[in-house]
Amino acid sequence: MIKIENLYKSFDGLEVLRGVNLEVGKGRILALIGKSGCGKSVLLKHVAGLMKPDKGRVLVDGHDMCCLRGRDLFTLRNRLGFLFQSGALFDSMSIFDNVAFPLREKTKLRANEITDRVMNELEQVGLLGAEEKFPSQLSGGMVKRAAMARALAGDPEIMLFDEPTTGLDPLTGQTILDLIDSCHRRLKFTGIMVTHEVPKIFEVVDAVAMIDKGEILLEGTAEEILKSENSTVKAFVTGGRPRDIE
Amino acid sequence: MDLVRKLGESAIKALFRLGRMGIFLAKAFAFSVTPPVKLSLLIKQIQFIGFQSISVIFLTGAFTGMVLGYQGFNTLSRFGSDAFLGPMVGLSLIKEMGPVISALMVTGRAGSSITAEIGIMRISEQIDALELMGLNPYRYLIVPRLLAAIVCLPLLTAIFDVIGIFGGYLIGVKMLGLSSGVYFGEMVSYVEMGDILEGLIKSLNFGVIIAWVCCFKGFHTGFYTGFGAEGVSKATTQAVVLSSVLILVWDYFLTSTRIFL
Ligand SMILES: Nc1ncnc2c1ncn2[C@@H]1O[C@H](COP(=O)(O)OP(=O)(O)O)[C@@H](O)[C@H]1O
Ligand SMILES: [Mg+2]
Repeated sequence: MIKIENLYKSFDGLEVLRGVNLEVGKGRILALIGKSGCGKSVLLKHVAGLMKPDKGRVLVDGHDMCCLRGRDLFTLRNRLGFLFQSGALFDSMSIFDNVAFPLREKTKLRANEITDRVMNELEQVGLLGAEEKFPSQLSGGMVKRAAMARALAGDPEIMLFDEPTTGLDPLTGQTILDLIDSCHRRLKFTGIMVTHEVPKIFEVVDAVAMIDKGEILLEGTAEEILKSENSTVKAFVTGGRPRDIE
Repeated sequence: MDLVRKLGESAIKALFRLGRMGIFLAKAFAFSVTPPVKLSLLIKQIQFIGFQSISVIFLTGAFTGMVLGYQGFNTLSRFGSDAFLGPMVGLSLIKEMGPVISALMVTGRAGSSITAEIGIMRISEQIDALELMGLNPYRYLIVPRLLAAIVCLPLLTAIFDVIGIFGGYLIGVKMLGLSSGVYFGEMVSYVEMGDILEGLIKSLNFGVIIAWVCCFKGFHTGFYTGFGAEGVSKATTQAVVLSSVLILVWDYFLTSTRIFL
């Protein structure tokens, strides 16, 4: 479903991605782990077509994201949901309007149908009763839930999560992970999740990939990651110090 | 050798930025003249850029006119021609002070918040979210502000001119004793349609400059200024400075070449 081939990207001479290869099968979720600033968000934005590669390709359901334009890009993006790190809710709109916004702008649904859809989505993420609030009035966990509701309102086939639990307390973080898990069971989307929640995340995802120095250091199932002898991976999973840094 | 290379490098970078800004403006115009234009957003921006600037324009217009009345009267009476105070105040306001000072005030009041608002949307990934929804950020963010500035600046300038002329009247006639008939009579006979048109065209130009520079700086927050709150504050400062400088430079250019006049 998602295939990344030999992806290179640099900003002003700063090489962020140096030949990333990755594949995610239909209906599966891949966890992407790695140090802060190593280019995980950049990688996700390439999958969504928000950034263009310097070299290499990103194929989503067989379509090369660099070359899609107009109608085709619009159609593909309609199948794609993105949970941004900061939530990216529009702060000039209430929670209800935020979730309703893409439906109002892109579909011909009538107002009462939109209301039904939005209330349904808000119920799924447990935000009923907060629909009149503005993003600035919500806690971090509620912002993530509202952003989930907006991303899921279009029934996406592909979901990209950028650090869905970072900045939340462990309890709230766990409820967000549970929510992602239950939505995945219900909607069967293909997903990539950037996360630091190791080893908690292993229950939710099918595979894990670790990105380091612009390349995929290791890719495999949760067990393979846990058994890895690589010191950087070990340090990440168990929280120790990697040998080659110290 | 190193100096030459550095100079060349920054020259090329500057050229690239100029090109980016040009493309940005071209895109903004292209999306402005093709439907759909988001009417509700346009009205909101007219309310923000135009309506909410009226009080500032009122105040600055009044004081500019009043000071023109004082200085004009003092200068003119040295030559015994204080009867021409009306045309002096009127022409200075309509051709120069009105468009330029209004534009500078709008830059400070509305332009800075345009940059900050769009900049925050950029760094908090709201612009990415729009794009991801398949919605064109230019249509939702840039076009309403550009059109609103084009609509509002001439109107604000007109208000500024009228208030300023009354400020001059207050000083010249009510305080310094010029006759009211002379003040307005001479003004009417010396100010021509061409002068008013010149002021109008200038204010239209300045409207474009404000929206263009402030939207561009906000939209590209992070690319040149670094991310985070610091990036937004840098972008805002740059937008206000660049917009103000461009307004003054372009004013000189328009006046001296009479290109659109
Ligand atoms: N639009 C951009 N322009 C310039 N540099 C960027 C841009 N986006 C990301 N970067 C840089 O790329 C690197 C990786 O960023 P990111 O993918 O956000 O890291 P993370 O893995 O923590 O998500 C950082 O050094 C960041 O400064
Ligand atoms: Mg990130």
